[in-house]
Amino acid sequence: MADLDYRELGLRVGIEIHQRLATREKLFCHCPPLMRHDEPHLWVRRRLRVSYSELGSIDPAARFETLRARVFEYGAYSDSTCEVELDEAPPLPLNLEALEVSIEVALMLNMDVVDEVHVMRKIVVDGSNTTGFQRTALVALGGEKSAIETSEGDVRLSTLCLEEESAYIVETTPQGARYRLDRLGIPLIELATGADIRSPDQAREAALKLGRILRATGRVQRGIGSIRQDLNVSVEGGARQEIKGVQELDLISEVVRREALRQVNLLRIRDEMRSRGLSPSSFESAETLDVTEHLSGSKSKLVRRSLSRGSKALLLKLPGMGGLLGREVQPNRRFGTELSDYAKVFGGVAGILHSDELPGYGITEQELSYLYREAGLDRSDAFVLVLASGEKAKLALDAVRRRVMQAALGVPEETRRALPDGNTAFMRPLPGSARMYPETDVLPVVTGPLVRKILARGLPEMPDRVISRLVTHYGLTEDLANMLLDDGRIAQFERVASEISGLSPRFIASTLTSTLRGLAGEGVAVHRIPDSALETTLRLVAEGRLAKEAIPNVFRKLAENPELDPSDLAASLTMSEEELDEIIRRVLYEEREVVQRVGMRAFGRLMGRVMSVVRGRVDGSVVSRKLRAAMEEMMGSQK
Amino acid sequence: MNLSYSGRARELLESAGAKDYDLLRVTAGRRIYEGILMPRPEILDDLHVVLKMSNGYNVGIDVEKISSVEVLGRARPPERPSPPRVSPREGLPSVPIVVTGGTIASRVDYSTGAVKPTETPEELIDLVPEIAELANVSYVPLMAKLSEDIRPEEWGRIANKVAEELNSGASGVVVAHGTDTMHYTASALALMLEGLTGPVVLVGSQRSIDRPSTDAVLNVTAAVRVAAEGPMAESVIVMHGSTSDDFAWVIRGVRARKMHTSRRDAFMSVNEAPLARVTEKSIEILNPRFRRRPSEPTEVVARVEIEPRVALVHAWPGIERGFLEAVVSSGYRGIVMAGTGLGHVPNRIVDEIGAIVDSGIPVVVTSQCLFGRVDLKVYATGRRMLQAGVIPAADTLPEVATVKLMVALGRGMEGEDLRRFMTTSQVGELTETISPSAYPPCFSGGARVG
Repeated sequence: MADLDYRELGLRVGIEIHQRLATREKLFCHCPPLMRHDEPHLWVRRRLRVSYSELGSIDPAARFETLRARVFEYGAYSDSTCEVELDEAPPLPLNLEALEVSIEVALMLNMDVVDEVHVMRKIVVDGSNTTGFQRTALVALGGEKSAIETSEGDVRLSTLCLEEESAYIVETTPQGARYRLDRLGIPLIELATGADIRSPDQAREAALKLGRILRATGRVQRGIGSIRQDLNVSVEGGARQEIKGVQELDLISEVVRREALRQVNLLRIRDEMRSRGLSPSSFESAETLDVTEHLSGSKSKLVRRSLSRGSKALLLKLPGMGGLLGREVQPNRRFGTELSDYAKVFGGVAGILHSDELPGYGITEQELSYLYREAGLDRSDAFVLVLASGEKAKLALDAVRRRVMQAALGVPEETRRALPDGNTAFMRPLPGSARMYPETDVLPVVTGPLVRKILARGLPEMPDRVISRLVTHYGLTEDLANMLLDDGRIAQFERVASEISGLSPRFIASTLTSTLRGLAGEGVAVHRIPDSALETTLRLVAEGRLAKEAIPNVFRKLAENPELDPSDLAASLTMSEEELDEIIRRVLYEEREVVQRVGMRAFGRLMGRVMSVVRGRVDGSVVSRKLRAAMEEMMGSQK
Repeated sequence: MNLSYSGRARELLESAGAKDYDLLRVTAGRRIYEGILMPRPEILDDLHVVLKMSNGYNVGIDVEKISSVEVLGRARPPERPSPPRVSPREGLPSVPIVVTGGTIASRVDYSTGAVKPTETPEELIDLVPEIAELANVSYVPLMAKLSEDIRPEEWGRIANKVAEELNSGASGVVVAHGTDTMHYTASALALMLEGLTGPVVLVGSQRSIDRPSTDAVLNVTAAVRVAAEGPMAESVIVMHGSTSDDFAWVIRGVRARKMHTSRRDAFMSVNEAPLARVTEKSIEILNPRFRRRPSEPTEVVARVEIEPRVALVHAWPGIERGFLEAVVSSGYRGIVMAGTGLGHVPNRIVDEIGAIVDSGIPVVVTSQCLFGRVDLKVYATGRRMLQAGVIPAADTLPEVATVKLMVALGRGMEGEDLRRFMTTSQVGELTETISPSAYPPCFSGGARVG
């Protein structure tokens, strides 16, 4: 995909980074901020209803979610979640440790910490919060000096909020969704930049820098999903899109690139509509036609199967739109796909069929002509067909009609979801500001004392200082130091390096980074291994009770069963001296002729044979020492 | 509009002519804040000014740092969309909702930051349109009180209103009530209303209706269904049956107790099975031992005489001689003891109780165990209490016995009449047999803890 000229397009991007904090407790209760991997102990079913927000107007985003009478199921754990997550008890006071970390980050970024922090309720009725709102508090505001440098210019920070993490979605169903409550309430920093970013690569760079600053505090969680980026993207003449949930840094620039392209293409569609004389009012009273009868004898299996289940076939006429629904807006996504998103979200239908993709899906050219004729349309027109129950089909087509009306004006403001290829799909309309009202169950917190405490103690080092310290003090390479930072393991590394003697800092650092990354690349669930187990494993190596070579196998087993004790594993994964001696004796005997012939020059060959048997269970240097001694002994006795 | 601030913050805001909800520009140090001035709850300090900024967040600004306050615009009264008017439909039963207050008719109050009763219960039908399918619902605003503030004298007002509604053709009456003392009011209505022609359904919510997760939707729908179609002509409480939004219990008013401070399913039926469970679609009877709607139309009579000066006193290890005397001398005319275990009080105060009884003040004994009945014959202490003249109230709940004694004294009962009234079941508050299933096990599913 050729890059567009983003300066000329007036691309504006802002980033919101969501980073989970590694505090001892959750934000509003004493539960541990612990992600679980086992099945919840009990499930609870709930519904949400829209409420009046603070100033009395009902938020549109909230309203439409509840229009779909959805049932949400929440999985709770009797030993690590409580009544607060279940919305069965009021929240406890704001976690001051989490507030302290937030203030620390704000001060590192030269932001202005607000004097008194007020917790708000932000209405979110997709079920991801049992309450129907997310608790969030504005902790700091950006000022003139709060910016990070990138190679393409400064990016200013605008706000830092402390929020509760939402529940973990296990599964979405047409009737609702299932969530786990272990994640709900984990403290989360939301760090937002202004819309200062002007190119896709700058977006990635800014996200990387901010992520490193967060990790430099040493007080953030790591692992899958512990950091997520939302992107606000617009081009000149387009509209702000809030793109949710970009989990991988490397996807950021692609998402920005493709979103800019989408807006450019939607603007082209608008221009084309205008030149065809179409405006929103052209579709104000666009007709819907029941074509169930007309399609009853369709050759399409899809259509026949649907109708036999009692679905209706409804057709929405889109006069003058011929050819536009098939226009590509992003690689492999057409304008018709955008319409389909609306039909799915608002009507709960499986999808739509539109005239620009027909004949197709088994619908023949003959049937298509028949539909055009019956609808009183010609090929300069378009139509959208929905197969669903009458009510759903109507809701879906009405949403499609409204989306087409918006297309005549340009790009609608939306909340969108990042797809794995970097495309985006519609989630819901951009929420209004009415969705915020005070959380009266939590008292405000005056920040002055915390700010003074942090300043007295001194701020954490900025990432570049951390890296240079690791390089000079521990002799690490810059790459290794950066990996420790990116993996959020600096504090752990320094602890292990100071507590465990007999291991080189480089070895410790690469075990905590390269080894784990390599295993993760093989699909090993290394995030499940507790820090304490990683540290015990290193200690066993230092004490000579575990071979360095055995580490990957120990980690594999720990990832499968995080409750195992590495010391027990060491015993089974480490070969006893007697066993090793026995193997060396056997190899020497089998290779005795070679040894007699070439002497110590056979060492490499024998070492290879022994290692092929003992690799991963004995340290290579031990094997080498013993083998050498045994060979010398054999040769000596022969003399 | 008011200005809800006090002290230093008030001086500052007053001098700028600011009122709550005005749009302000506040300069503090190097920053300029613009936002709507939010009211400040009284329990907070007078050192911060709270603005709601355009991004929706509230921030508190230290008055020390503020160099100027400028009013940019005056407050606009909050816009509330007017709730839809629903016209009565033929063939649907009529169900008035008598509103007394409580969380179910509450909103956030920004002057205190707390949840307070509202006077506009119409918001309920806007939130729960389902009830309009079940009945022709009307609103009868009676009072707007948190239930902890409802006095015994007010039970009569509620009873009179309920009787009036039933006598004018209501199929049943819903009473929206705060949950804290709902079981007291339910008991009072049970004892005061004679010849009931349909259900009197007390309903409340543990999550206010301004929250998307409010339990009011299920509770109110179930309550209206019971009032419209329920077969029981009794005072009942209809509230969540579990932590899920699945079903509600119908609990006999005199058997109900709030057993949790905050859970949705806080109300339990003590010592007997709930009468029924109400799901989204139906009412399923679990315990058929209730008074049915009469086949012939009868007149509902409210006997509202009450003696509010009855004390409910826990026995506890530190209760000493003189405590009950102090209760009596402060004007209480009857005492209900929530005794320990089988109904005991410490031996050292038994004589004092005897003297109180002899002075004509009845002392009724219940158990703070709640589950099970009192029995004063088993141990010597109990036998001494009986000799002192206490009235054992079997398995009557302490709160219910308190209401019942208020009614008895209100009706001028004394001596043997009163004793007989207190020791026999009037409306199901005292049972002959307690089912072995009527006891709540926790963690019975083998759930792992800690």
